[in-house]
Amino acid sequence: MDNIVGKKSSLVVASNLTVFVLVVLWLIPTIGLLVSSFRDRDAISATGWWRAPFSTEQTFRGRGELDTMTRDGALFLLTGNVFDDPEVAPSFPDGPATITAFGTRGNNPGEFPAGTAADLGNGQSLEIDRDGTYRFALTEDPGNRGPRYYIQAKTPPSFTLDNYRTVISAGGMGQAFINTLTVTIPATIIPILMAAFAAYALAWMDFKGRAFIIAAIIGLLVVPLQLALVPMLQFHNQVGIGQSFLGIWLAHSAFGQPLAVYLLRNYMIGLPRDIIESARVDGGTDFQIFMKIVLPLSFPALAAFAIFQFLWTWNDLLVAKVFLPSSEETKVMTVKIADDLLGSRGGDWGILASAAFVSIAVPLLVFFSLQRYLVRGLLAGSVK
Amino acid sequence: MATLKLTDVAKTYGGTVDVLKNINLDIETGELIVFVGPSGCGKSTLLRMIAGLEKITGGELQIDGRVVNDIPPAQRGIAMVFQSYALYPHMTVRDNMTFALKLAKKSKEEIDAAVSKAAKILQLEPYLDRLPKALSGGQRQRVAIGRSIVRDPKVYLFDEPLSNLDAALRVATRIEIAQLKESMPESTMIYVTHDQVEAMTLASRIVVLANKGIAQVGTPLQLYERPENEFVAQFIGSPAMNLLTGEIVETGPQTTVRLVGGGTAIADVPTQAADKGLKVNIGVRPEDLTEVADGAPYIFEGKVNITEALGEVTLLYFDRVADNDAVIGKLPGIHGDLRGRSVRMTAKPEKVQIFHNGVSLHYR
Repeated sequence: MDNIVGKKSSLVVASNLTVFVLVVLWLIPTIGLLVSSFRDRDAISATGWWRAPFSTEQTFRGRGELDTMTRDGALFLLTGNVFDDPEVAPSFPDGPATITAFGTRGNNPGEFPAGTAADLGNGQSLEIDRDGTYRFALTEDPGNRGPRYYIQAKTPPSFTLDNYRTVISAGGMGQAFINTLTVTIPATIIPILMAAFAAYALAWMDFKGRAFIIAAIIGLLVVPLQLALVPMLQFHNQVGIGQSFLGIWLAHSAFGQPLAVYLLRNYMIGLPRDIIESARVDGGTDFQIFMKIVLPLSFPALAAFAIFQFLWTWNDLLVAKVFLPSSEETKVMTVKIADDLLGSRGGDWGILASAAFVSIAVPLLVFFSLQRYLVRGLLAGSVK
Repeated sequence: MATLKLTDVAKTYGGTVDVLKNINLDIETGELIVFVGPSGCGKSTLLRMIAGLEKITGGELQIDGRVVNDIPPAQRGIAMVFQSYALYPHMTVRDNMTFALKLAKKSKEEIDAAVSKAAKILQLEPYLDRLPKALSGGQRQRVAIGRSIVRDPKVYLFDEPLSNLDAALRVATRIEIAQLKESMPESTMIYVTHDQVEAMTLASRIVVLANKGIAQVGTPLQLYERPENEFVAQFIGSPAMNLLTGEIVETGPQTTVRLVGGGTAIADVPTQAADKGLKVNIGVRPEDLTEVADGAPYIFEGKVNITEALGEVTLLYFDRVADNDAVIGKLPGIHGDLRGRSVRMTAKPEKVQIFHNGVSLHYR
């Protein structure tokens, strides 16, 4: 009775659940990054991103205003409003907020609830109301610096586009974006073209040493590209390419080649043999069969590899650092972000987060425009 | 429009594994030759060798007198219909049919004329702009055939073209192919199948392949009525021909064989006096057996073990008769009452074959 129509098997439930868990696991950090990209540096260091939509209690400090000082017998009286204090005011651009507590020592800024008079000893006192008015009563002349006070105030949630402004308007960012595209587009197209030809030959043409070449390509899949960085750069220097866009195109094409050939060859060899033979009987040369039959039918594999290679070259920092000159005109976005934005500003999380989202935009666009080619059923109707 | 001549054609894989050897065959213009044989006998391989998709490792293949062993498929003047249709899934029916013509750089007028003619013959006109996935199985098969017709080849090759169709469609398409052949009497066709009915109904001559070689070549009725050997005798016809062992006791224009089970068979096969005492097998088809009354001469006597009533005929499965495995009879009408009874069966002399060492004495 397990397989009644309409009743889902427990396996389906389990796989749906797994997908859901995976999606949540992937989404949580992404959302965190997105939220952080809209917060300023102080807010990020004060509270976690999940507290961003709620108002937070923050501590500020200021000094009593000496201009308002009056004498009342032995007492020096200072009155005023904390929100007029030049030290506090910039934190409250939207006007006064509510003060919850105050204090006079930095290590205990919330010692006294707002609205009560705090006894500071020796007959001195301080009172700060919820609306920010304060009244110091001092027994000694404060001299030329007003007495310190600390307040705790609720601040409303605040979001800012400043991070994005910083990232986008950073000097040379536009150039870096163009440079990244200059690297990425040829570095995606060249290996696909080369690999498709190779894959067809390895899948459908009979020649000596074919099995050996396939084995060698699979072997190359496991070689880390770091091994080739220095020899390849030396070679580029020797043949006169040096550090240039041509050099990085060749480097990316070479590094992407084993995976591309492997993926495409495995896909192409799965095409029905009868179709290829039929085309051969129809008079097709290998080149015609490749162009008119195999290439159109391999679109899903081509799209899959295109997405893969595009993302990898777009996000690449290492190869760009090695194969491109370090001048300002040839910096790609990853280098720009790593060197200029983070390098000079240390752990500026807001900028890191917004830079991440700026650089994610194009790969997302590429993915969504190519994913419709990742379809099954392209071969429907051809055989059987 | 073409003749084919196969001389000692052979196929060897890896230099050691023989698949086919000593294939000699002459095919005349306008013939429809059917290759039949058990699975793995190499019939598809032979067809693919003619097509040029498999290398010919020995012997010679001529098309219209020209040796084509090393000529690529496209230049042999052949067209092939694959078992799986092998349509190009991303092309419309029209593009599928014109693919070869475009590759051959034919003029647009020629292409259009060829396509409209083929579409008309195969009734594909309404479907020309559809993709293969929007067609039914029978329509796809017709497109595959149409793709051959437009090329106007010297030889048509069919590799089990009907085996992917369901039973009803298979009969309809078989008749369509027969009509197609009739409408193109000049065209030479080679057709591979494992279906006997297709072979018997379509073929002008049947080539039975077995044991790496040709077992017999002949018209369907020759194969049915006068098989050259026990293999063909048992391969053609369903249920298979019964074989019973015995010994020749009388020779002459007719031969009498005394069977191990005690019966006697008279066959219209001439023999010489020297053949007397020869150990032979007689072959008799289930449908040629008739029941005889006690006292009359009979070929064998056996107890009917199982009867299968198929409606127009009844199959009788006899208990092991003497040395032989199951013997089967096929009587017209319904005979369920024979079950469990012991009956005597005989057959007309012209329906009885005699085999010695597996080869028919008729062809001696």
